[in-house]
Amino acid sequence: MHDKYNFAFFDEGSKKEIRRTILKAVAIPGYQVPFASREMPVARGWGTGGLQITLVCIGQDDILKVIDQGSDESVNAVSIKKFIKATTGIKETIDTEEATIIQSRHRIPEEKLREDQILVLQVPTPEPLRNFEPSEARTKELHANQDYTGAWLMLFEQIMKYGNISTGADHTVRVNDRYIAVPSPIPKFDNPKMDNSQCLILLGAGREKKIHAIPPYTKVKSIDFEDMPFKVEDFSDKVCHECGSSGVFMDEIINRDGSTIYKCNDTSFCLKQKERGRLNER
Amino acid sequence: MAYVAVKGGQYAIEESIRRIKYERLKDKRFVSVKDIQAGMRLMIDQVMSEASLYSKELAAAAIKQGEGSLEEAVFLLRAYRSTLPRKYYSIIVESDTMRIERRISAAFKDIPGGQMLGTNFDYKHRLFDLNIENETLEDIEKYVKEFEDNIEMMEGTDEYLQFPKVADYLRQQGLLAEFPINDEAPKDVTKEQLSFPTVRSERLQILTRGMTQGVNTLAYASLRGYGTVHPTVAELRVGAFPIYIADPVAPEDEEEQYYIGEIKVTEVESLIPVMVQKDEGKKEINFAIGYGIALGQNETKAISMSILDQTLENKDSGFPTSDEEFVLYHIDSVEATGFISHLKLPHYVTFQAKLNDVRKIKRGEN
Repeated sequence: MHDKYNFAFFDEGSKKEIRRTILKAVAIPGYQVPFASREMPVARGWGTGGLQITLVCIGQDDILKVIDQGSDESVNAVSIKKFIKATTGIKETIDTEEATIIQSRHRIPEEKLREDQILVLQVPTPEPLRNFEPSEARTKELHANQDYTGAWLMLFEQIMKYGNISTGADHTVRVNDRYIAVPSPIPKFDNPKMDNSQCLILLGAGREKKIHAIPPYTKVKSIDFEDMPFKVEDFSDKVCHECGSSGVFMDEIINRDGSTIYKCNDTSFCLKQKERGRLNER
Repeated sequence: MAYVAVKGGQYAIEESIRRIKYERLKDKRFVSVKDIQAGMRLMIDQVMSEASLYSKELAAAAIKQGEGSLEEAVFLLRAYRSTLPRKYYSIIVESDTMRIERRISAAFKDIPGGQMLGTNFDYKHRLFDLNIENETLEDIEKYVKEFEDNIEMMEGTDEYLQFPKVADYLRQQGLLAEFPINDEAPKDVTKEQLSFPTVRSERLQILTRGMTQGVNTLAYASLRGYGTVHPTVAELRVGAFPIYIADPVAPEDEEEQYYIGEIKVTEVESLIPVMVQKDEGKKEINFAIGYGIALGQNETKAISMSILDQTLENKDSGFPTSDEEFVLYHIDSVEATGFISHLKLPHYVTFQAKLNDVRKIKRGEN
């Protein structure tokens, strides 16, 4: 495959075009920049936006990590990693600290990311106002006018109906006090990691043909109300069954006997902690 | 936790991939790409049309790889298309230069040049042929020889058939509005993101690449009751267009154009009655043209496209088939099937986050 296709799949013209989109996205934090999203050998909705960003940013010296919902070995992660490897031949890793580019679906790794790393997030629906307004033409106007009533109205309705915010994952953020944006469907637990992040975060929506970015050291605030402040999922009383960590995002695992245990969702972090535990015991 | 275990997921995936090939080969028989090309003409046409890549060979190979799944074949070709540098746009084709194989009009019985039936299932009863299983090469050769001898007797040589268009006749009668020729370069939706309101070239491009059944469904909805566009097919043509590109050094020089091959298409011009407001509150009925075109022989799709072209021109009908975002965002095969199939991916984190909220609400916390 490697010799029949160009390095990183695309022809060089396409790469340049997508890189220009990324530069624009970095220059206007949180703004969704339209781009001519290419059809990929991976299905639309399976990370083609993230994949296109990774392919145009990657160089021969990069070290790649791909995770899907926290796992390096999940279907989507394996498939994307295999594809990038086949078309570039670059080195891959599961170690968050070793990677220079991390493509992720729906999680930000537990280990803190640095300035020399890029985090690429896969985005299904890049428009934070889409549930409020189905028309793209109108949401574009709302952004232009900074008319974000709809975003808060959605929160308000949830509070009125359920007595609480029920956004689940993908809780809308305001970037650099200007555009509201989706953080991609990461759990609320990961939203604070975006604020003033040292690493560049690029978000790609292939099917919807948009790229937005959170440049390093940018203010990112999860939207909320003064009397109903934003809160992350609480796992403070849970301990990982595998490695004993706490204070991280947990997967809830149901045993055959119906009992529940918790495990770190970030599997490579979990393996590392386990390894460290083993070393300490010795 | 079968497909996202901490370790071992990768192994399970490799095995599943090996299995796909086994499923295709386990009966120890195979269809060659040439066989697909010979016997699956209309399937190839549908795949080329939705993939927007005109190559019968590649379409046949994609059908083979996708085990006959059209959405899979289209997907393969679209992805391959992304790797090809695109250096030229062809010179604009005047559609009356088509070398016609089939041409019918539902509007007029006698059209200049006459109706020409070509090939279509329309004139045949759909009786399932219980003998088709027993076809032999000998039968085939005999049938083909007889047919070809007969043609030579009737027609003699291949002539390049070109006919005037039915719509031009109506235009001469003043029943169709005259428009100046618009040779503005079309906006290419594969190069530039769609923005609203769209221009017609963008709409036509998305419709012609659209999922065949999706285009048909929306057009049928409009025809049946949601928008009630009832067109009359002025003309449906199936035939080939020669395609030229300009000399990059002398783009204006008509002598220096390069012929790069021909494409077979289905072209439809539908007549749709529209009301025209005249002076002093008077109204008049006029006809507007709905335009449909699709690579290969894709007749239902081309007619459906001509209906949707017209429903999208008339944006204020209040029906979803006139809402350009509703129609244009949802009829692409790769986008629709991709997003729906992504629901099979693990959603453990997103679901956990939702679960967390739901439990909190149930406990009445905030």
